[in-house]
Amino acid sequence: MSPPLLDVEGGGRGNAPLMSSSASGDCISQSGSGLKECNFLGLSDCSSVDSSAVSNVCGENKNNLNFKATELRLGLPGSRSPERDSDFSLLSSGKLDEKQLFPLLPSKDGICSLMQKSIVSGNKRGFSDTMDGFSEIKSSVFTEGKWMFNANGSDSGTPQSVVEAKLAGNAGINVILTNNSSGAQPSMKKEVPTRAPKEGQNKMNGSNNNSSAPAAKAQVVGWPPIRSFRKNTLATTSKNNEEVDGKPGPGALFIKVSMDGAPYLRKVDLRMYSTYQELSSALEKMFMCFTIRKCGSQETPDREMLGENKFKDLLHGSDYVLTFEDKDGDWMLVGDVPWGMFIESCKRLKIMKGSDAIGLAPRTMEKSKNQN
Amino acid sequence: MVYSFPEEVLEYVFAFLSSDKDRNAVSLVCKSWYEIERWCRRRVFIGNCYAVSPQIMIRRFPEVRAVKIKGKPHFADFNLVPERWGAYVYPWISAMARSYPWLEEIKLKRMVVTDESLELISKSFKNFKVLSLSSCEGFTTDGLSSIAANCRNLRELDLRESEVEDLSGHWLSHFPDNFTSLVSLNMSCLGSEVSFSALERLISRCPNLKTLWLNRAVPVEKLASLLRRAPQLVEFGTGACSTEIRTDIFSNLVEAFSGCKHLKSLSGFWDVVPAYLPAMYSVCSRITKLNLSYATVQSPDLVELISQCSNLKCLWVLDYIEDAGLKALSSYCKDLQELRVFPSDPYSAEPNVSLTEQGLVTVSAGCPKLQSVLYFCRQMSNAALIAIARNRPNLIRFRLCIIEPQAPDYLTLEPLDTGFGAIVEHCKELRRLSLSGLLTDRVFEYIGTHAKKLEMLSLAFAGDSDLGLHHVLSGCESLRKLEIRDCPFGDRALLANAAKLETMRSLWMSSCSVSYGACKLLGQKMPNLNVEVIDERGPPDSRPESISVEKLYVYRTVAGPRADKPDFVWTMDEDGALRFS
Repeated sequence: MSPPLLDVEGGGRGNAPLMSSSASGDCISQSGSGLKECNFLGLSDCSSVDSSAVSNVCGENKNNLNFKATELRLGLPGSRSPERDSDFSLLSSGKLDEKQLFPLLPSKDGICSLMQKSIVSGNKRGFSDTMDGFSEIKSSVFTEGKWMFNANGSDSGTPQSVVEAKLAGNAGINVILTNNSSGAQPSMKKEVPTRAPKEGQNKMNGSNNNSSAPAAKAQVVGWPPIRSFRKNTLATTSKNNEEVDGKPGPGALFIKVSMDGAPYLRKVDLRMYSTYQELSSALEKMFMCFTIRKCGSQETPDREMLGENKFKDLLHGSDYVLTFEDKDGDWMLVGDVPWGMFIESCKRLKIMKGSDAIGLAPRTMEKSKNQN
Repeated sequence: MVYSFPEEVLEYVFAFLSSDKDRNAVSLVCKSWYEIERWCRRRVFIGNCYAVSPQIMIRRFPEVRAVKIKGKPHFADFNLVPERWGAYVYPWISAMARSYPWLEEIKLKRMVVTDESLELISKSFKNFKVLSLSSCEGFTTDGLSSIAANCRNLRELDLRESEVEDLSGHWLSHFPDNFTSLVSLNMSCLGSEVSFSALERLISRCPNLKTLWLNRAVPVEKLASLLRRAPQLVEFGTGACSTEIRTDIFSNLVEAFSGCKHLKSLSGFWDVVPAYLPAMYSVCSRITKLNLSYATVQSPDLVELISQCSNLKCLWVLDYIEDAGLKALSSYCKDLQELRVFPSDPYSAEPNVSLTEQGLVTVSAGCPKLQSVLYFCRQMSNAALIAIARNRPNLIRFRLCIIEPQAPDYLTLEPLDTGFGAIVEHCKELRRLSLSGLLTDRVFEYIGTHAKKLEMLSLAFAGDSDLGLHHVLSGCESLRKLEIRDCPFGDRALLANAAKLETMRSLWMSSCSVSYGACKLLGQKMPNLNVEVIDERGPPDSRPESISVEKLYVYRTVAGPRADKPDFVWTMDEDGALRFS
């Protein structure tokens, strides 16, 4: 199984992203074909010369529209006519036969077989225009290779969708196929069910609504699609029912978390954690950015120097304490009662400045200072 | 000759046109009809608050009395839209406060409403009558106090499913003693207890009260007293019914309910002790809508209640009803039009109740008027879906959520393509569809081919390639809203069908494979669309263009890029340059 495809911050190019297990070895060897001047949109207002065939189609001829409109055509962002692009080396190779840019018509037996030769993706053109720093990209030819689908419903047994993506292009480019076949997102912390192995893409572009703490049980954000008020209702009513052995209480319990000085609130699902430590770590991660900025403005501006340890010091030290509002509307320090009791009575959380929390429980304040 | 009609006559005729579609059509006939129509339009519906600006609305329709505005995309209900995304109502309120002094109705859905907005509403519109805040957030009970205190002619206050910061229950006491116009009050989303005596007095002095949805904090022993003061109620939502059953409470309740000869809709029932349910038997035969989706009551008790509701048209219930209960439903409630079955334990891996696809099949067979379905279950088969499709070609809304993502047909282990294909093929009037389970591009081929009246489609963990998205965008002629999460759809289908997006209200794609480069291209080529990239990892410019964006929200607009974006939203501009709000 290929390693998860990491999102690249700051344009790192080290990782060759893999969509399926067989991709990497083959991809470099396939020769890229040239890029063709393309217009994605098939609209009549397109000024690209090559799109003249497409430009006539404005929806009148449905068949043609489907054909032409699905051709991969490359419109340079910001460019008005293709003639300008003589500067770009991308155009130097010849133009592909239009019929080959024919990725989206299904073949007779219903299986979509993409082009047998490499096809063009428009995305990389954008690099040239906007990413001056990436010199290797200018000369790159990024193509998406052959795809084969075995999404055949008549297979006995488990249907498989295996996408073999063969990539050509400079190794330096961090390539992410836009047409991978996986539906999984990294915030989906459990495995994609093996019944339908869709290999590949584990991009780190999961939703940030999820807390970054390790989940007590694996859950996908927003799935199943049940509204929060319903989830919270079930969470509290299910207390009245028998609890299944060995399982944490069902239902999610989303509560708001605010922090003094932070511009916005977050929400956490208390049922994702089973101890105070887990919750604390999760909150640290969530709110680290605010605290670091605060520190940065005062002392070291260099963000990297502030490690997690320093933040922990901030949280456990005299700077911040974690408090919660209980069902009676009182603000209490977190940590006094057993976890189970805590999540049943906690309505919201607040990360307060230590100085503000003095009135709450001197003993606990002492405790937190001692943890330094 | 039509053109020789005096304006007043045309205005009189236009007053009979209530549908926006008709009024829009009338506006296009000629300039004078456009002018006449715009001066007499009283109700405006804005499906996307960013599609048009308050100024544009006010300029065109100067005499509006009722406004309905929707804000965040639907997937915000499932926490997929980050906080602070937008949909602030204040600019609308402040503009209308200046220009619509006679405004009577404001209905909002999924918008951020502040106490400031509520106060402004309460002070700006002398004849204000209806405030409906559905799934809204951002306000506290202080804002409600302003409304209660200042809106002397208020008829409706509906807070359904909104997130209200509950500072105290005191807000209700702000209704003045001479306030008697209340017709509808829905406070079911509130947590704190309101003063019960204030509530009683309010109900007593409002003889036209037809709808009352209490919040959880009102205990069952107080219900009888309220019902006795409002026997004219048509819709009633109880509070929690968890107090241990006592004979006197029960008999009071029986008596109170029997006095309510006009009750048609019941809701609430949080934590209801099953022994209370028989108190309602006297009204069951008139009940047309029953919301038991907070009632953790087992199937036999549910069936007892439902079996008496022969006129039931709409049932919302938890999956405790099980297949057996649904079978009973299908035999007793022949007028059933809408069924929603919610999961009682969505996060456990194993089923906790005996609810399967069979329950839905049975209801589809036994209830000839069934047209709207929302069903959560743990297993489904193509055979079942085909049966449902053949039984109920009159389905209009079909939303199926198989709890495990990408679950195949449990009998054959095949994808559910053919099952959903049968749904779209047989149900020719289908307007709304939500898919789940294991699905390949083929299901989208069926949808594109058959679902010609489909207006809203929701997808998750489905499809294999851009071909799937292409089928939908190119085939579904009536498509207005498309929301997609975790599907392998990328640039090509999106860009190839860019023109289609202008015919739709909006497109949402999250955790798909749309690259930043493609988003930019789309934004440049389509000036009538706002192409918004939502990415909490930081500016998309800091990553290669091929990297997929986290979330993409595309909508048509005549108002240009919005000015209130948070720092994690970027509008793809015509210049190709990033713009921060």
